[in-house]
Amino acid sequence: MKEYTFFPGCSSEHNASAANMENSIQSMCRILGIKLNEIDDWNCCSASIGYAGGGQLPRMALSARNFALAQKQKGNADLVATCAACWLAMRETNERIETEPHIKADLNTALAEAGLSYDGHIKTRHMVEVLIEDFGWDALKAKVTKPLTGLKVAGYVGCQTNRPFGVCGDSYENPQYLDQMIEATGATAVPFPMKVACCGGALMFSETEKSCVLTKQILQSAVDNGAEVIITPCPVCQLNLEVYQGMINKTLGTNFNIPILYYSQLFVLSWGGSWQDAALHQQVIPAEPLRRFA
Amino acid sequence: MTYDLTFAKDVYQKAEMGHWIKMCMQCGVCAGSCPLRAHWQHSPRQLFQMVRAGKRDEVLKSSDMWMCTSCYNCIVRCPRELPITHIIHGLARYAETQGAADPKQPTRRFAVDVFWKNITATGRVGEAMLTMRLYFQDGIGAGIQRGLEMRDSALGMLKTRRLNPIPFRGKIKGYDGFTKMLAKAAELEQKLENKA
Repeated sequence: MKEYTFFPGCSSEHNASAANMENSIQSMCRILGIKLNEIDDWNCCSASIGYAGGGQLPRMALSARNFALAQKQKGNADLVATCAACWLAMRETNERIETEPHIKADLNTALAEAGLSYDGHIKTRHMVEVLIEDFGWDALKAKVTKPLTGLKVAGYVGCQTNRPFGVCGDSYENPQYLDQMIEATGATAVPFPMKVACCGGALMFSETEKSCVLTKQILQSAVDNGAEVIITPCPVCQLNLEVYQGMINKTLGTNFNIPILYYSQLFVLSWGGSWQDAALHQQVIPAEPLRRFA
Repeated sequence: MTYDLTFAKDVYQKAEMGHWIKMCMQCGVCAGSCPLRAHWQHSPRQLFQMVRAGKRDEVLKSSDMWMCTSCYNCIVRCPRELPITHIIHGLARYAETQGAADPKQPTRRFAVDVFWKNITATGRVGEAMLTMRLYFQDGIGAGIQRGLEMRDSALGMLKTRRLNPIPFRGKIKGYDGFTKMLAKAAELEQKLENKA
């Protein structure tokens, strides 16, 4: 049993937009023997647009509070995030606390108002790093009892699980780890030139038309390369690609109907988990191509 | 032609990561790497040169830095390793604190008037309330229309238990300390700017 401190983030809450990611990740961890110890009373990480309303200190105080609670409750155990933006914001804040003494001092003055303090030293990791580094490809493949043979999958890495920090030293321009995950489940990773293109991120809310054009190009590339489903590690990518497909079809004259899943859902299904365990009942665009494996 | 020579100094000292602008060699890789490059008037490279040339109003009133999707392409491609994404965020925030940002700029409005208020009201994102506030920011009529456009998606999210039917959410347990912490952080941020 491996244990980690866990920061789920807002979109992974019950009845929130990435509940399918959270539920499938919990199943994945049960199968692998991972115990996730959730930080009690965590708050939002500020996501990618918190800078505008929060500036640097209030924005980073949000992540600092999560670190302070984590340290108080669980010591310096590695902190695992499953959301791209949470991982990025937490890592950035920790890096600045550990390298900029005045930022560390100011954030601790702010934290003191909440009766908390944080002196650095907690490593923030993404769930995909835990899978690759702490378990490894052989272990992930060994779990497969129901290989997804013949399933054609486009691995959409997106932005923030890739840049600026990168995953396990993989390339920024053509990362391989998601394709390797697809192949580890027995499925086929299709060539996917748009794998690191931006879906618009949070600007899907404020610049919907412009972001829909970006998302359309990603969907088109996956479909053109023969993908039956797209998988991603990022909750914002998943939301934009799935929930805006209807609007893209309507406004840009396309006819997409491609399921958008998380890597964790593929793993759980191929490791013998049920449709429910993989949270495949929580897809807005039903995951029909996976029915033949359920 | 008059140049405002204080502007570059202000940006270097007061905008988050602003001092890095001095290092820009004007190669334009950032411009070619931006997913929304078709929609801004000035690329990051141009904005940086405009800062150096003292074009205070043109920079701070610009919509350009609000086009950042935080994709971090520019940051990993910059040959001089400037934290371009963060410099752009810093310029946007500096425009906001100077009262120069266009209040109607869609991303400024979403980020400042909707998102930040949403997360600081309870400590966590309330997705249902966030969407409602965004849709209805231009009045009931526009809100209903936007809601209707997204009706099928919203129903799909509700049915799959990925949207809370009750838009109101409770506060985190440590909310009192949380607000005091944010107030202190904001106060220190102000001091930092005044000292600079």
